[in-house]
Amino acid sequence: MVDEITLPTISPRRMAYNRFVSHKAAVVSVFVLGILVMFVALSPFTARYGVNEAVQAPPNYFLSPRANAWLGTDDIGRDLYSRLIYGVRVSLVIGIFSGLISVAIGCVIGSVAAFRGGRFDDVIMRVTDLFLAFPFLVTLLVMRNMIGGISWLKPITGELNSVRFIIVLFAIFGWMGVARIVRGQVLALKEREFIEAARAVGASRWYIVRRHLLPNSIGPIMVALTFSVVSAIISESTLAFFGYGPQAGDGATSLGILVGQAKGAVNTGFWHLALFPCLTLVVIALSINFIGDALRDATDPRMQKEA
Amino acid sequence: MLRYVLRRLAWAIPTLVFVTFLVYIALRIGTDPVASYKRINPRATKAKIAQYIEVNGLDPNYVRGYFRWLGNFVTLDWPRSIKGSREVWPQLKDALANTIRLGVAASSVGIVIGLGLGVFAALRPGGRRDVAVNTAAFVGISIPPYVSAILFQLLFAVYWSRWFGSTLFPTSGVYPPGQMGFDLGLMIKHMVLPTFVVAIQIIAVYSRYMRSSLLDVLSSEYMRTARSKGISEARVLFRHGLRNALIPVVTIAAIDVGAIVGGLIITENVFSYPGMGKYFLSAFGEGDFPLLMPWMVLIVASTLFFNLLADISYAWLDPRIRLG
Amino acid sequence: MSAPVLQIRDLTVTFNTPLGPLSAVRGIDLDVHAGEMLAVVGESGSGKSVSFLAAMGLLPKTAVVTGSVVLDGKQLVGASAKELRAVRGHLMSMIFQDPLSALNPVHKIGAQIAEMLQAHQKLSDKAAKARAVDLLEIVGIPQPGDRAMQYPHEFSGGMRQRVVIAMAIANSPKMLIADEPTTALDVTVQAQILEVIQKVQKQFGTAVVLITHDLGVVARVCERVNVMYAGRIVEKGEISEIFDRPTHPYTRGLLASLPQAGVDRLAPIAGFPPNMLRPPTGCAFRARCPHAVARCEEALPSLVQVGTSYSACIRAEELLKSS
Repeated sequence: MVDEITLPTISPRRMAYNRFVSHKAAVVSVFVLGILVMFVALSPFTARYGVNEAVQAPPNYFLSPRANAWLGTDDIGRDLYSRLIYGVRVSLVIGIFSGLISVAIGCVIGSVAAFRGGRFDDVIMRVTDLFLAFPFLVTLLVMRNMIGGISWLKPITGELNSVRFIIVLFAIFGWMGVARIVRGQVLALKEREFIEAARAVGASRWYIVRRHLLPNSIGPIMVALTFSVVSAIISESTLAFFGYGPQAGDGATSLGILVGQAKGAVNTGFWHLALFPCLTLVVIALSINFIGDALRDATDPRMQKEA
Repeated sequence: MLRYVLRRLAWAIPTLVFVTFLVYIALRIGTDPVASYKRINPRATKAKIAQYIEVNGLDPNYVRGYFRWLGNFVTLDWPRSIKGSREVWPQLKDALANTIRLGVAASSVGIVIGLGLGVFAALRPGGRRDVAVNTAAFVGISIPPYVSAILFQLLFAVYWSRWFGSTLFPTSGVYPPGQMGFDLGLMIKHMVLPTFVVAIQIIAVYSRYMRSSLLDVLSSEYMRTARSKGISEARVLFRHGLRNALIPVVTIAAIDVGAIVGGLIITENVFSYPGMGKYFLSAFGEGDFPLLMPWMVLIVASTLFFNLLADISYAWLDPRIRLG
Repeated sequence: MSAPVLQIRDLTVTFNTPLGPLSAVRGIDLDVHAGEMLAVVGESGSGKSVSFLAAMGLLPKTAVVTGSVVLDGKQLVGASAKELRAVRGHLMSMIFQDPLSALNPVHKIGAQIAEMLQAHQKLSDKAAKARAVDLLEIVGIPQPGDRAMQYPHEFSGGMRQRVVIAMAIANSPKMLIADEPTTALDVTVQAQILEVIQKVQKQFGTAVVLITHDLGVVARVCERVNVMYAGRIVEKGEISEIFDRPTHPYTRGLLASLPQAGVDRLAPIAGFPPNMLRPPTGCAFRARCPHAVARCEEALPSLVQVGTSYSACIRAEELLKSS
């Protein structure tokens, strides 16, 4: 004759998933990004023209949106729509790869710093603090030139103007923000009893990090990943804006380059060249940010006090 | 506390030297000062080139070169720009003044409004105004500053004049070309758009910080204790809520203010505003070493100083923090 | 006994949660007389803290409070914010479980006590500070003048709780509610804190409600005790009576589960507390009660007098006779 005792239990993963889907903006963002990625992944089929292909015979420049060029054409008659697709592909590749590498490096350094503490932790924190406080663009530009100027690094980084170089550059400077987040999380977990219990049973430090600390930090790590990716995409466009972005020949483009052309378009009044790339960038940034924000809410341990 | 400050200040000097040394190396490798000089002055004689190398501390040995440069720098014997041998300090001074003006204006407006909105939202979490503020802030953060800068330029420069015949807010420079002397009205008019663009970002960021910090504080136990004392709700909010919520926000603000000197590069570029950003971009583009180094020193010094200020203000506001 | 300082009649508290309405308190009647120390005992979730938070008006907006709470002639349920503010800290004070989180970490404790004083008395800053130092001395803090200039984190747990007590009695309230004041403290310090509470009670004539789940604490200092379970009061009476002859199976279970010297095995009460989102019909304890019968399911039992105590068990009389 036992009444219903406690509330039905839900696993933390299910709870996080429920909380995530309650953020409508994030769910919409997932769809929007999904569609975008699909378009981009199937680019040979979804783009209507090659990246360097003129839409029609001259006069073909600065055409406003029309039937054979959905978003208009640029200064030498290339279809903006197709170029956007190829450009977004490049930028997404840059964003995702540098994001993943940054997070990988940041996780390792952050967790080691938090776990070891002491001198090592202090030094790492001072260094990252200073780097993070320095104007990011300046750091990027100066470091870009410096790394590009060191010839024996070429095999790793590729040419100065290549996509690979940018990915390496962002990875080298992107891990700091992630390291701070991971360090904070590990510090909070370090003192919890289950870690003490693991240590009491004789687990090695590395085992504890791998088996207990990192899995429990998945939430903040995923959040850090989304912000890393967004930051990389926006940084790439910033660099391209000033002409320091990736320039693979053959008219290949990136989202950043296309947005950079927007500045010129303002002066000449061709709104379509300014609006569509900017809109695309904003939509991508917003979507990733919404997802990151929802992830943060979904995995925040403080919220787990309720239900 | 005083001991801590003195110790940090004492450390600041070697840190400054060390960091500028790294910058020196980065610039030498990255911008190739000698080649840049030769490029800008193709008819320079061997003697002039040698003089350039000596004055700028560009010895083959980096360490010796750095200290030579440092010696000249500290004795205020600054080498001149590679372009037309112009003096560095007047250019730097003007750029700094312009950027500070823009930065202070945008920061004050942005931080005050941002904090206000954050409080406004946090007082009724989950309610309509909270959602509105949060979403707006979110969009604000996600739009990179130069996108909003370009869009504003488009709106106010191109279309406004198309629709209304005249420009409401100018979109470039500090004064219209050819202006001599000081005119406050004109200066303000030119600053409106760039200030607005920067302020939007600041408002977005600070409203979220404040909201999050205040929400944390509002759910603390001592808020309940404060209410149980029977003091007025206003006092509960200000002396207990805000007083505690502001601590992390002030710390971040201190660091952000320090970053202003180098942080407005994009906006300045879009609006052709002659500040530190424009200075840097043109100097960097040309590889103008004599122009770049003092700029860098200024940036590093500002960063170190405001970081120290942030640490001090944190300790001053939160008695639980025991400084080294 | 003198007239009751606090009179609670048919108090209910329901929380509007995303999962539905949660009945935390389901109709309780309670009296506290001037100068007495009343214990309210129960496990987590029994509604003991919520009842008094409701009386003070300190519950969040999601809580719906009905019934009557009369303090010194004033009705508190439904009172305006202004009226409640005049009562809080002045006629009725509350001290909470964890003194570290209950005190604002960035203000000096002297200033926090002075704030309490100046909220209800016209005192200059200087006079308020001086009075704060006096209060610290009363609760037994050494070098009170120096300690008043310190911050909460510079005190040990026991000292902090003394500070909290000093703050609560600053305006000589008629009623002090102590919500688990010793739970967060070491055992050795617990006794000291109870002594301090007793001391201020005698010195100021304050009525005290001691909310706790620890029967040992109750036995030391209280005269009467109310036992709560699942939002209802299930037993009331004098301390000695309750301990010798508990009239409700829950109380009996509580007493039996106390560790005893010489007894090897602990005897906990079987089962779990009920889900207050869907409270069971009839007596909430019947699922865990060794004496439950079919009748127990029918209606919410009210308190009936059994000897000198009151019990909410419909079988109280017959169980007492048979034991």
